[in-house]
Amino acid sequence: MLCKRIIPCLDVKDGIVVKGTNFVNLREAGSAVELAERYYEEGADELVFLDITATLERRKTLVELVEKVSKVIRIPFTVGGGISKVKDIEKLLNAGADKVSLNSSIVKNPNLISEASQAFGSQAIVAAIDSRTIGDIHKVYVKGGTEETELETIPWCRKVEELGAGEILLTSMNKDGTKSGYDIDLLKYLSEELAIPIIASGGAGNKEHFLEAFKEANVDACLAASLFHYKELEISELKNYLHQNNINVRL
Amino acid sequence: MIALIDYGAGNLKSVANALDDLEVNYFVSNKADEINAAEKIIFPGVGEAASAMNKIKEKEIVDVIKNTNKPLLGICLGMQLLATFSEERNTKCLDIVKTVVKQFDSTKVKVPHMGWNKVEYKNANKLFSNVESGENFYFANSFYVPVNEYTIASTFYDTCFSASINKNNFYGVQFHPEKSGKAGLQILKNFIELC
Repeated sequence: MLCKRIIPCLDVKDGIVVKGTNFVNLREAGSAVELAERYYEEGADELVFLDITATLERRKTLVELVEKVSKVIRIPFTVGGGISKVKDIEKLLNAGADKVSLNSSIVKNPNLISEASQAFGSQAIVAAIDSRTIGDIHKVYVKGGTEETELETIPWCRKVEELGAGEILLTSMNKDGTKSGYDIDLLKYLSEELAIPIIASGGAGNKEHFLEAFKEANVDACLAASLFHYKELEISELKNYLHQNNINVRL
Repeated sequence: MIALIDYGAGNLKSVANALDDLEVNYFVSNKADEINAAEKIIFPGVGEAASAMNKIKEKEIVDVIKNTNKPLLGICLGMQLLATFSEERNTKCLDIVKTVVKQFDSTKVKVPHMGWNKVEYKNANKLFSNVESGENFYFANSFYVPVNEYTIASTFYDTCFSASINKNNFYGVQFHPEKSGKAGLQILKNFIELC
């Protein structure tokens, strides 16, 4: 049986890992490459790097980061942040990334998903969706969660699947940074509704939250950042706990 | 020297990094005569079958792959292309292993099959020397090679499929050894030293 995955996420600014709370107030957590190596040794199944450097130099620094990371880890990793062209995706994959995560660019140009998945295979294309729930409505946000769009989360998830995305990385903005648990209801709905894997993001605060997301929402992977960066929870401890609770993980 | 085939459809950099870890001499090439002169050949691949086959044809390396008597390791799509035919855009493949590549049933399981899954075998092939049956490897595939007479290790998803195959000098792994931690490196080491 396929294992459930634990994915540390590294928000990177100028090569340094930072973590925001509700997408603001960034705190530093160390060098991206060093942290990547630590997570690899500790048993992470996969890593995600999101470059939040807001400069024109970003594309170049992102390729350099991918090259450095791919030299030190032997597990798959995804890279994202401001990627909007097929040519850029090609450069990142050729530099050693396994997947790219696309967010604002696919809202602006949904065809990028089909172009990229035809060129590189759907397994290389992760649709990252930042969702905020207001009342009963789930809305898609872009530009690092600063801009509301016309799109509603559930139809947008269906659309990205239809266009050829290989996975959805769903971040609940209401939950992100709160450590109050993942957005179980929304994740559960999407997990049942869609045929592609779902990665839960936003809200992990303790081991039980991961168990809940795997058991109740049946997600394929759980992503977390600060919890791992500051060693509040060790990956090995988390995986042992999940294993004891009958979740199939790679030990 | 190991030839790492570069036909523009690959996890080439990642495979090269893993070979660097193992301190193996290799060269990257898409030229038939160079590939032919190597002691062993690694045939990587990610992406989609039809465009990959087109690229192999463009580079005029179909014959060197089909006719080589050197040990050759196909990785992921590289393994699937060893089959006769792929249901992925109904693609005619290299026809080295007589089988048809099929798609996972997305009404039963999530597709792509993405992540770590157990690879099991009854009798250890050289390729799995010092790797226990049941070890987890990293996969990222929507299509699979069914279990056939050349299957040397299998994995279960919606069905049991070939995790690895071996026919004469041709080897294939559906998973990514270059992305499967230490067990993955052991597979590459075995191919280089034992196959």
